[in-house]
Amino acid sequence: MALTLKHLFAVIMLSGAFSLVSAMLFVVMDAVDVAFTEAAVGAGVSTVLMLATMALTVRVQKETKRPIILPLVVVCLVGVLLIYGTLDMPNFGAFDSPAQLHLGSTYLSITYEDMGIPNVVTGILASYRGYDTLGETVVVLTAGLGVILLLSGLKGRKHKE
Amino acid sequence: MKHHLILKVITKFMVGVIVLFGLYVQFHGDYSPGGGFQAGVIIAAAFILYGIVMGLENVQKVMPIWFAQKAAAVGVLLYALTGFFSIIFGFEFLNYHAISPEHPKHGQHYGIILVELGVGITVTFVMIAIYYSFAGRTPHLDDKEW
Repeated sequence: MALTLKHLFAVIMLSGAFSLVSAMLFVVMDAVDVAFTEAAVGAGVSTVLMLATMALTVRVQKETKRPIILPLVVVCLVGVLLIYGTLDMPNFGAFDSPAQLHLGSTYLSITYEDMGIPNVVTGILASYRGYDTLGETVVVLTAGLGVILLLSGLKGRKHKE
Repeated sequence: MKHHLILKVITKFMVGVIVLFGLYVQFHGDYSPGGGFQAGVIIAAAFILYGIVMGLENVQKVMPIWFAQKAAAVGVLLYALTGFFSIIFGFEFLNYHAISPEHPKHGQHYGIILVELGVGITVTFVMIAIYYSFAGRTPHLDDKEW
């Protein structure tokens, strides 16, 4: 339905609802960390930011005169390819999948001995891969700085004139 | 949102609960799912909710723009300083054994809490600052204009 809607308010609300549903999907698949993030960022913050953007711009999408046959074919083709790609994947929770056999089991066995904390995800993120997480934090700060420079700066200049 | 009494009452109640849950996710991240990033977005969501319902001016009385923008850098600074702390005491960068050389496990624990706090601070205030940047440019709209 979101494909044919022209009212952007409804599209934003539908994408927020979709985020919330996918957060529940993450809970079902035992990825609670990801579900937290999806519910707070996907359904919460980004919906608010999209609404703020819509309030700044327009409410209704422009009518297009172009035919939509070619995009539709491309989208269907990519979808078929993606589904074809999943056929080679191991079953969900399979014990012999590469994720279980390679590094994962090592981390599961050494994290508690090294740090004495039961949450392996936190152990990997903050200690074994601490350098990567520092980089990610800098990326978050840089993204925020970019938005502040782009949006707040213009407002200040307009205010002076 | 001048006349939404129910929304305002519920928001006043919920903001405290959301921030409390965010702090739980932050400081209990070693034992339960969650960590700095998740806690940051949850706490930021509480401030954004307050801003939507009570108005941008009221949330900026609690959390001024300058504070959100400057505090975002403090988190990265805390993280990086934890790393340099290890270097000063003769260990590798971000090797938390430096914090408590006699008990490496305790050192790891303190180090993880410190860097997760750094991540949480940065994410919280970056999200709030981004929200301020967007909402500050939006003209004030009545309910009918949506």
